[in-house]
Amino acid sequence: MSNPSINRESQVSRTAAMALMLLLAIYFLLPIYFLIVAATKPQGDLAATNGLTFSHFNLFENLRVLFTRSDGIFGRWALNTVIYAVLGAAVGTLISALCGYALAKFRFRGREFLFSVILGGVLVPTTALALPLFLLFSATGIVNTYFAVFLPSIVSPFGVYLARIFANAAVPQELLESARLDGAGEFRTFFSVAFKLMTPSLVTIFLFQFVAIWNNFFLPMVMLQKESLFPITLGLYEWNGQTARAPLLQESVITGSLVSIVPVIILFILLQRFWRTGLAAGSLK
Amino acid sequence: MTDIATRASRVVASPGGRRRLNGGGPRAGTIVAFVIPFFLPFVLFYLVPVGYALWQSVRVVRRTGGQYGTSYTTFGGFEQYGKVFQNDEFWSSVGRIGLFGIVQVPVMLFVALTIALLLDTPLLRLKSVFRITAFMPYAVPGVIAAIMWSYLYSPQLSPVVDLLNGIGLHPDFLGPGAVLWSAANISTWLWTGYNMLIMFSALQSIPQELYEAAKLDGASNWTIAWQIKVPIIAPSIVLTTVFSIIGTLQLYAEPAVLRQISSNISSTFTPNMLAYAVASGNNYQQAAAISVVIAVITFVLSFGFMRLTSKRAGL
Repeated sequence: MSNPSINRESQVSRTAAMALMLLLAIYFLLPIYFLIVAATKPQGDLAATNGLTFSHFNLFENLRVLFTRSDGIFGRWALNTVIYAVLGAAVGTLISALCGYALAKFRFRGREFLFSVILGGVLVPTTALALPLFLLFSATGIVNTYFAVFLPSIVSPFGVYLARIFANAAVPQELLESARLDGAGEFRTFFSVAFKLMTPSLVTIFLFQFVAIWNNFFLPMVMLQKESLFPITLGLYEWNGQTARAPLLQESVITGSLVSIVPVIILFILLQRFWRTGLAAGSLK
Repeated sequence: MTDIATRASRVVASPGGRRRLNGGGPRAGTIVAFVIPFFLPFVLFYLVPVGYALWQSVRVVRRTGGQYGTSYTTFGGFEQYGKVFQNDEFWSSVGRIGLFGIVQVPVMLFVALTIALLLDTPLLRLKSVFRITAFMPYAVPGVIAAIMWSYLYSPQLSPVVDLLNGIGLHPDFLGPGAVLWSAANISTWLWTGYNMLIMFSALQSIPQELYEAAKLDGASNWTIAWQIKVPIIAPSIVLTTVFSIIGTLQLYAEPAVLRQISSNISSTFTPNMLAYAVASGNNYQQAAAISVVIAVITFVLSFGFMRLTSKRAGL
């Protein structure tokens, strides 16, 4: 306050910072805003009206068409996505937690070697795995089934890495010793003591794995031919490829995109504090 | 909680506890039971495919007695790799993705760093709103992001094209020169917030006292940001760079969606698209060799970058 020139300077920086952030916010929100507007329009208005302004409100009709098209295949895709991404991430989190916990809390020969092998897996690009997996799965007849996408999706070396860090940080050794003294088996100790203490970090691991599966387009595209097994991303991709021949699909692609990202965005906002703990831990090493 | 606390105090007091701490631990069978639910799928769906790809990449298909003879697969040494390196489509896809990475990764990380630093200063209001806004695209899968942006690029539907036409610019986002950068924009939109949050988390863990001395010396926010904060969070910046390099080399979904509306993206636009195209033609050995080469380039670049930066920082 005593120095007016510094004060003026900071007023300028304040305005500049705010202006820059507003511009960036517009950039991040523009496609989502466009999608919301487009999802409320009848097909005919998509090209005929300005993309940024609402016209005739047709959202409910668009939703009805989306969910009834091809015998309600979109609902099936949504259910499949839940199976792959939600169930897959839940199973993946559980096995990562067990393994990471063992690597953090048990002492055994070969522990560091095992951890290095798993950590090496973090660097393997998942797209590089999809084609050889396809050949292996074709040979065993798993290809074009739920398992073809579900089984590879549950494996997350990064999840084990996080679980080990979190188990070390959240579960005091003395607690485990006392549970053992009380005669609890290792699994009972894990589920009754460690699991509770690790819960916030398990949410983080779950979120990371959920996004990895939700984002992994290449694996289902390589593995699945049957439309009824598709996740939403693959289904919308196929529809999008047909819009040149069937322009009416456009509105369903748009409405379907909106319907599928809204629940995930809400989930992210509600659980955002878990991201920050995970990202901080991930960047520690 | 009290229950846990009393147990904890009991173990400190009891001599039995000390004995277990020294010698005990669970039996081997128990350890295996903890590790195997992850490790078995890890072996089956990570290590085996990697091994299988390596094995496939040294195999070749030959025919007995000319073109109409029966085919058989045999050991071919580095023949498949030789073919990869002689393949013009491979080099142009690598060159394209290299150009993409050299421009897109620094731009994205610079924007991410700027946002993270701004969010860490007292200059902004509504910080949590901005943080969430920037992070939101991370919830959108690449395919859907590419679909959204392809409508914003489309000459018929895009309000952005309308706007730019209105001021006399006539952009062609899907033209032969621009389409690579249109794909780069989608990646930037998707991943800036994620990278920003990694850097922001690192900034938050710096103790405030570190800046106090600099502030007393009259250092501006600008100086503190670039001279103090950035060097401290350098490891996070290296990490985001490595993640971005890995991501760039895996690029598939975004160009594949843009290919649906632009004839300027070939089926071999990125190395991964090339690998898929080759595999679709049933040449699995060649596709495996391409995948292995991409993975090796990824490893070399990620490790190389980490080594380079840690040397320069004198670590």
